[in-house]
Amino acid sequence: MIGITAYGAYLPRARLQKQVIADANAWFDSGLRGLAKGEKAMCNWDEDAITMATEACADALGREAGTTPAALLLASTSLPFADRQNSVILAEAMNFDPANLRTLDVTSSQRSATSALLNALDIAAAGRGDALVVASEHRLTKCASREEMLYGDGAAAVAVGQGEILAELVGSVSQPVDFIDHYRAEGRDYDIGWEERWVRDEGYMKIVPRAVGALLDQAGVAAADIAHFVMPTDQRQVPGGLAKKLGIPDAAVTDNLLQRVGITGAAHPLLLLAQRLEEAKPGDLLLVVGFGQGCDALLFRATSRVAQWRPQRGVSGWLAAGAPETNYNKFQSFNGLLDKELGKRSEVDKTAFLSAMYRNRALTNSFVGGKCGQCQTVQIPRAHYCVNPECGALDSQEAYPMAGQRGKVATWTADRLTFDFNPPAYFGMVVFDCGGRLMMDLTEVDPETFDTGAEVSVHFRIKQIDTQRGFRKYFWKAIPKR
Amino acid sequence: MAKGIRDKVVILGAGCSKFGERWDAEPADLMTEAFEECLADAGIEKNQIEAAWQSTGIDAFSVGPGAMPLSIALRLPYIPVTRLENYCASGTEAFRAATYAVASGACDIALAMGFEKLKDTGYGGLPQRSRGVTNDLYYPNLSAPGMFAQLAAGYRAKYKTDKQDLKRAMAHVSVKSHANGAKNPKAHLQRPISEEQALNAPMVAEPIGLFDCCGVSDGAACAIVTTPEIARSLGKRDLVSVKALQLCASNGEEGGFSKWDGSYVATTRIAAKRAYEEAGIQNPRREVSMTEVHDCFSITELVTMEDLFLSSEGGAVKDVLDGVFDADGEIPCQIDGGLKCFGHPIGASGLRMIYEMYLQLTGRAGERQLADPKIGLTHNLGGFPHQNVVSVAIVGRYDA
Repeated sequence: MIGITAYGAYLPRARLQKQVIADANAWFDSGLRGLAKGEKAMCNWDEDAITMATEACADALGREAGTTPAALLLASTSLPFADRQNSVILAEAMNFDPANLRTLDVTSSQRSATSALLNALDIAAAGRGDALVVASEHRLTKCASREEMLYGDGAAAVAVGQGEILAELVGSVSQPVDFIDHYRAEGRDYDIGWEERWVRDEGYMKIVPRAVGALLDQAGVAAADIAHFVMPTDQRQVPGGLAKKLGIPDAAVTDNLLQRVGITGAAHPLLLLAQRLEEAKPGDLLLVVGFGQGCDALLFRATSRVAQWRPQRGVSGWLAAGAPETNYNKFQSFNGLLDKELGKRSEVDKTAFLSAMYRNRALTNSFVGGKCGQCQTVQIPRAHYCVNPECGALDSQEAYPMAGQRGKVATWTADRLTFDFNPPAYFGMVVFDCGGRLMMDLTEVDPETFDTGAEVSVHFRIKQIDTQRGFRKYFWKAIPKR
Repeated sequence: MAKGIRDKVVILGAGCSKFGERWDAEPADLMTEAFEECLADAGIEKNQIEAAWQSTGIDAFSVGPGAMPLSIALRLPYIPVTRLENYCASGTEAFRAATYAVASGACDIALAMGFEKLKDTGYGGLPQRSRGVTNDLYYPNLSAPGMFAQLAAGYRAKYKTDKQDLKRAMAHVSVKSHANGAKNPKAHLQRPISEEQALNAPMVAEPIGLFDCCGVSDGAACAIVTTPEIARSLGKRDLVSVKALQLCASNGEEGGFSKWDGSYVATTRIAAKRAYEEAGIQNPRREVSMTEVHDCFSITELVTMEDLFLSSEGGAVKDVLDGVFDADGEIPCQIDGGLKCFGHPIGASGLRMIYEMYLQLTGRAGERQLADPKIGLTHNLGGFPHQNVVSVAIVGRYDA
């Protein structure tokens, strides 16, 4: 038996209230008012497809050692690097053992995640070991566009293998068609689409039934027996319409979270799957569709384990962890959509010294410190001489992963002088419960409740963006526990 | 065991430029201003100087690396000139180098010159700069006030100090320095402020407001040192000698181990203990007449009072509010206005402090002259509270 062994998700904390988009733009396009219900998940300035993917991975697998899969597939159409394998950054941020690990970026389509999942299942079926698919999306949208209203940011992760299965694969079908509901050309920031009615009638309503019909035939499953129908689309009525056409019960149709998250692009099939797996009962059939230049359709049957297993937070947890954002300008600023005066302090040269980055990647990518073999003192960064003045042993430290560690804030400030995309810049001394301490950046701080003693966990985030050279550096930041 | 530097070297002359936003001045102008005053005070010819040290903190924003800027600006006669940089302790480092050179007998007369040209950046505050290729990969996104604000958080947590009480004590520190600066014609900021102004100023880095920050200034300060014997032979009376010169650099323990609680500066305590021992001071609160400490931010000065053992641990808030360090208090602090109001051209600051101590000890401090001071202490703190270099210098009357 092969199937899903773990799943997880991540949604950025900020939830932009769609009303503010409409308030700013309805003078220009009054039609936007009709889409202005609810909220959408919005990346902080220091989040992107890679940082969200890291969170989704950790949500699925935790941060304990020994979770390295045989293959890591990262699906997205908004990866920060066109030539620097993004999944490798993710692998190091997860501190996966690189001794025998396949990595792959899967991109260029809204069905890249389901296609990656199909390939992951084949890897598992071939007996190569568990494969982890992570899908993450942070798409740029034009001001006052329909997409701005509909798209949201998020990530999900699904691990597949032959071990303890939560949902077994029943069957799958993949049918490519060069149907261009929208596209984004090389070097372009934004999607260009076609009339919705055409996309619905010629696209969804014809392409999806063909693939799903083939799958149900192949699997010998009746549409009426489907308990969860995952049909990602930004068209509100399409999932229900398709269900009706296919004979899938209404109750099985999965809410696309348009008013809570927005459509998270390539990540959306896995995000919705992760959500339904939280709710699935043993025996439930889950039909997952990926749509984009054709259609992937995958059918899973939940096992008896599905009810016992839970991700760290899961979609439900992340949905509940949102904080409303009503500042449209902040959304535009974080996404670089404004020709904004950032001040002279932002102009400092941000060259990435790649050789130094490479030497220090255990610290910067993986947040690995050292533990002294003689006095057991944990320290970060790892150094030749032990930091404990009573010890001071030379080259005594073993690598000590600290990404999963919690700590407390000993000192801090909210700095309004230093340049930050989201001032004030919070940073302070984090003292880890396992020992070790580091003066480090904080993010996602609530000024009203934050103070010395706050409990924090650490998270992989963007540290600095070099707009001049199109590079970004990552490091770990502390986030207060909520 | 080494006997230390006490009374081996005296200050032959000292000089200081006007500090401030010297839009008019090149570094060479600032140096010349300080040097001409110093040379006249020393009563020697330029060619009697046998070696010189130049301190500049941020070379990229003033004159570039190396020691030629000093040598060329003053047309020094092909003598050994060395540039020193050790964060905000740079000025005291130059003084230490010149003093040690004289004490060793390697030369008779040496010059220490510190300067900084900070106001060519186009924005307020210190220049943005790299902390080093690797450090930049993981150091937080910091400004200087942000780093020193950490002290306030640590102090507040340790002593359960009310946020407003601490803020009020910080305000008192600044109000006092502004009052002192108002009596100093060379100071950058010469206007007195009220406690309300300090309390209500725009926030820079919680809880540090604008008036908790020192001036970012252009300026130069220098001193010429020699032996007591040579000073006497040149007709000098009322000699001011070096009693102690100590330096302490963090080794990463405060920032990387588990003992330090963020409420004090460990290196200041170590350097102060050594300096008191070197100077033969048993009871600093009684024996030190006055101090010039590194008040880059008001909270730094407050904590430094404890770290120099002038206030008890946790006692600085009360001492500050009681006026112990005011101009008419028990141990006046920043009688010249301090970094706060005299200004903080980084490389010059340590020497500016020595300059003021020297003026006070020779009774030439004008309107701000203290009554009969005998021992002056200067303190610099460069870097961050958890990772820094601290200098403590003690000077006093040679006959005291």
